[in-house]
Amino acid sequence: MMNFINLILSGLATGAIYALVAIGFTLLWQTSQTINFAQGEFVMVPAFFVLAALNLGMPLPIALLVGLALSMLVLGVLFKNLLVDPMLRHGVLPLAICTMALSIFLKETVKEVYSAEASPFPSFLPEGNLIVFGATISIQSVSIFVFAICAVLALQAFLARTSTGRQMQATAQNPYVAKLLGVPVKRMIMYTFLINAALVALASFLISPVYLAKFSAGETLGLAAFIAAIVGGFNQIRGAIVGGLLLGIVDNLAAAYISTQYRGAVPLFLLIAVILFRPQGLMGRAEERTV
Amino acid sequence: MSRSVLLKTFGVLIVGALIFLPLTLNRYGIYIMSLWAIMTIAAMGLNLTLGYAGQVSLAQGAFVGLGAYTVAIMMSAGFGFWLPLLIAIVITFAVGWLLGYPALRVQHHYLAFVTLAFSTLVFLVFRNEEWLTKGIYGIMGFKRPSAFGVSFQKPIEFYYFTLGALALASAFMAWLVRSPWGRAFVALRENPVRALSLGVDTRRYTLMAFAIGSAMGGFSGALYAPLVEFVDPTPFTLALSLNLLMMVIVGGSGFFFGPFLGAAIGVLLPEWLRFAHGWYLTIYALFVMILLIKTPTGILGIIENMIAARKTRAASAARAAASAGLDKV
Repeated sequence: MMNFINLILSGLATGAIYALVAIGFTLLWQTSQTINFAQGEFVMVPAFFVLAALNLGMPLPIALLVGLALSMLVLGVLFKNLLVDPMLRHGVLPLAICTMALSIFLKETVKEVYSAEASPFPSFLPEGNLIVFGATISIQSVSIFVFAICAVLALQAFLARTSTGRQMQATAQNPYVAKLLGVPVKRMIMYTFLINAALVALASFLISPVYLAKFSAGETLGLAAFIAAIVGGFNQIRGAIVGGLLLGIVDNLAAAYISTQYRGAVPLFLLIAVILFRPQGLMGRAEERTV
Repeated sequence: MSRSVLLKTFGVLIVGALIFLPLTLNRYGIYIMSLWAIMTIAAMGLNLTLGYAGQVSLAQGAFVGLGAYTVAIMMSAGFGFWLPLLIAIVITFAVGWLLGYPALRVQHHYLAFVTLAFSTLVFLVFRNEEWLTKGIYGIMGFKRPSAFGVSFQKPIEFYYFTLGALALASAFMAWLVRSPWGRAFVALRENPVRALSLGVDTRRYTLMAFAIGSAMGGFSGALYAPLVEFVDPTPFTLALSLNLLMMVIVGGSGFFFGPFLGAAIGVLLPEWLRFAHGWYLTIYALFVMILLIKTPTGILGIIENMIAARKTRAASAARAAASAGLDKV
């Protein structure tokens, strides 16, 4: 039973991180029809920005800020201006294939520039164990979960409560009408890319202390984020949260109770089942031309 | 007229080079050229699914793996080469047909994810089912084939064997895309609703496009196993599927010769970029991105655009000349 609770807890912690990545993924899809196959690598890269800053002798908080700023510049502004904007006129699929090439590019560049080995990454959250009613609970898991969920709630509040957030939603729902109503659509799309960059950076800072910073870390993360986004519902932020948490828990329980060898297969079956029987996702609305 | 003569000369030169160039190469060079022939077959299959029928697949690498494993397992059990080859093609055709069913329900990126999931699952099976695939230790100790008393044991002999297989596959493709089937595939890509209303059985053709494309992947895998003489799970990760996809896109998807060119770049570029050491994949990925930004139809697409632009210019020049002549009258 204690083991079970811990499995659920660490599942929620990884699930919350999946949710962060999946939200960014769905935001990009909603506002600019970008299927970012490099999303996993986007989570891997910010950790290396921070490691580079640490190697220059900066203290951890400054290094994290530098990492965040660099991510927003490279994975937000440069990604949008250099790759998405020129590719978007060619259509959804060529853009998706282009992001596959980008994922190889990022992975190989990090491998060559930094290292092919996994590097330890400092945590800015408290570590250790807590004993509650006789059960040992990892403080790190709990704090990751709380931190990630707070970030998601803040984002939700921003999108629903502020004027800019509502303009962004309008842009996502119908860019033409939004433009007619005077929403600066282009700026809103840029904001989406910046938010995605911030989300992946946050995910990177949360997950790298647990799984180490490695050039290939994005492969599983990216796949997990896709699955979370699709299982939850591609066009809903709520969906990404549900999908992410569900996936985190399923992944952990499958590893413990079904088979460690086929741990990776369980989420895939979940994905295939959802796509075949409920393509709009558990929480999503049906889009017109996906089926 | 002169253009077709030019093209024919070019074609003869290429075929001549494919036949005679390997005689001057060392063992490794011959291996690379055999690999090119084999990858071209797999890319041709994907080109049928993606380029002609418009169905995205991220599973072609898995089919190459299925083909390679079928042949390796059966040859180790002492079945010769030809029966396993046939079985590999039949199995990949059947599995490809089944994988086509999701394509009937979902399209585009959803299909990409289903096929991606499939290819990861297949990799897990290769790695984990040790009783069948020997897991990470891999299968070895099977021999290259022989036919009609001719052995294809030596590298150069096996190269000609793969070249023959490539010729056979090309002939089949050339026939297929010109046949009513090929036209139905293109109709499926261009406008599925219209194709359906014109009486094309889009269900059957979607499944067919997947099945035939996958069977060509299996065929290519069946040749890959005896080329390397060792089969383990590592070559058949998602990376191979992505690589094949990029070969098709870089060469020019929907063009008959696209896969030939794409595979040449995908297989040879790493060799040319040897001086760049570990950087070659970075450079390759950068090249693919820039190419895609310039033109999503690949290298053959650029060439076609250039020819079209020239024709337009020639036509407008002719028109201008004609109208100038009219003015005088």
